[in-house]
Amino acid sequence: MMIEVLFFLEVLFSGLLTGTLYSLVALGFVLIFKASGVFNFAQGAMMLFAALALVGIQEMLGVHWTVAFVITVVIMIGVAWCIEKFVLGKLVNQEGIILFMATIGVTFFLDGFGQTLFGSDIKTLDIGLPQGSLDFGGIYIDSLELVAGGTAAALVIGLAVFFNKTKIGRALRAVADDHQAAMSVGISLRTIWIIVWSVAGIVGLVAGIMWGTKLGVQFSLTLLALKALPVLMLGGFTSIPGAIIGGLIIGAGEKLAEIYIGPFVGGAIENWFAYMLAMMFLLVRPQGLFGEKIIERV
Amino acid sequence: MFYREAGQFKSSYKEDQAIFPILQDRIGIAVLLVAAYLVVPFVMSEYLIGAIMTPFLILALAAIGLNILTGYAGQISLGTGGFMAVGAFSAYKFATWSIALGGAEGTIPLVLTILLAGVVTAIVGIMFGIPSLRIKGFYLAVATLAAQFFIEWMLVKVGWFTNYSPSGVITAPPLEILGYLFDTPAEKYIFTLTFVAIMAWAAKNLVRSHIGRGWMAIRDMDIAAEIIGFRPLQTKLSAFAVSSFFCGVAGALWAFVHLGTVEPEAFGINRSFAILFMVIIGGMGSILGSFIGAAFITLLPIFLNNVPPLIGWNIGVDMVAHLEFMIFGVLIIFFLIVEPHGLARLWTIGKEKLRSWPFPY
Repeated sequence: MMIEVLFFLEVLFSGLLTGTLYSLVALGFVLIFKASGVFNFAQGAMMLFAALALVGIQEMLGVHWTVAFVITVVIMIGVAWCIEKFVLGKLVNQEGIILFMATIGVTFFLDGFGQTLFGSDIKTLDIGLPQGSLDFGGIYIDSLELVAGGTAAALVIGLAVFFNKTKIGRALRAVADDHQAAMSVGISLRTIWIIVWSVAGIVGLVAGIMWGTKLGVQFSLTLLALKALPVLMLGGFTSIPGAIIGGLIIGAGEKLAEIYIGPFVGGAIENWFAYMLAMMFLLVRPQGLFGEKIIERV
Repeated sequence: MFYREAGQFKSSYKEDQAIFPILQDRIGIAVLLVAAYLVVPFVMSEYLIGAIMTPFLILALAAIGLNILTGYAGQISLGTGGFMAVGAFSAYKFATWSIALGGAEGTIPLVLTILLAGVVTAIVGIMFGIPSLRIKGFYLAVATLAAQFFIEWMLVKVGWFTNYSPSGVITAPPLEILGYLFDTPAEKYIFTLTFVAIMAWAAKNLVRSHIGRGWMAIRDMDIAAEIIGFRPLQTKLSAFAVSSFFCGVAGALWAFVHLGTVEPEAFGINRSFAILFMVIIGGMGSILGSFIGAAFITLLPIFLNNVPPLIGWNIGVDMVAHLEFMIFGVLIIFFLIVEPHGLARLWTIGKEKLRSWPFPY
């Protein structure tokens, strides 16, 4: 094969796999939006907080990472409980935009709190995930990204089963459709919210482990959450497959644009390319690829 | 008692529609303005004026800008920092362009330079506001992030904006109006104050006018607003234009008056968030709230840096930064839950109380 084709494929695959990492962050957003209609800006902060907690507990207690993982899961459930208790529970029936701003408040609190507890220096996160690149017939692929891709796929299948086959999953979908109807058949809104935010926290933890292994656990991880936003816009806020496919498109598009368009305009276009791509797309289809169409009747 | 309106009759439409119809308000504003012009520059130290008062005024102006868009027109924006950057850099381009044309004095007067920068920002704002007709709510918030990142990137990468300065830093020309040089912190403060006072007055009048009511109608229910005759496109775009104009002027002042030399990073995403917080904490849909919010957000870090050591509690610099994050977060949630109208609402409540004081009703 020609070297250009190989190079193109390498960039494409690397982009697609980075995209699955974005999808992991975006998944948390979708979960919460789907089940409670809250646009959760705090997903990035939850990811950073979970990763910080994991590393911090490993360091402080000197335990194996599996133990630290379990403790972190418990902590994230605690965080979910607190958010329901102190923030969302008080803002029931408010407009979406107010809830969105409240999650910005949660973001800032979690960022500050996590760094106060566990320190703000860059930490290395190593739980034995493979590093380095593998050679697939001339195409080099980062093995960590392969693992991340696999994890994302497993999470999506797991969540799909959870949403469609379990009793809690059905309750979640009921709540998403109509709060009042769900409550009137005996579904507790509080419990559902805590469950959803806990699941989002755990998804955040998984995303945090992947990104933390790749980049080190540090404050700039929260910026990745901003990267997940165009993924959501592209995929539609309510669709789990949308989050995955949006992630793939953004990841691949961004890498290809950086390599093939970047040199002509000065480089480093990765920061905004995803946003511009998503915005252009929204002009054509305002609800995203798989989002629910908003119908306005007068 | 202090706010007793009894006996203040209005006998013409003009009086009835005055910006401050109550005598006490007129006196209050006059006292405030006199204090701001004649007392502050002489009483406060140079440090206080240069490091607190001037940035406070400029940030208040930016907060008014965002408040017009988010508080009055209901279009949430996370791109304020980007718009301020456009203002700063276009003012720089106008200033250096005029120097290049007409020697050191410049051919475009300074005030005009700053206003033109606002106009350029308004045009950029309209461009990024166009999607708002189709994209709503959260989607729009994310779309404005596109503006933030794109503008920041462009100013860093395209050398033309910084006149090919290798460091990407622009240096403002001296502040000279009709041969008078605004040099000391107090003089710069007066310069800023004049700008901010006039523009706040304009904003207050604008939101009371037909245009402002259109914004509020769109905010409250866009379909109903459309039915009663407000055109959504024009209304939304005018909100974007006016809001960006204010942010652009604030950015130009920030670069020219406050910092002197500035790089695009000064207008990053954190600046956007800080200004959004000013609007939330101060009060959405309130010009007064923009000032209170700006004061609050400017003073809180200074308070956190100075008070703990005073009471013998020594905390590190990074700890202060984290505390600041946490306090901002808690405050925002607190205000959204307890007082969605922000600090400005407290003043309204205070006014109600003063009206009937010393009797409870």
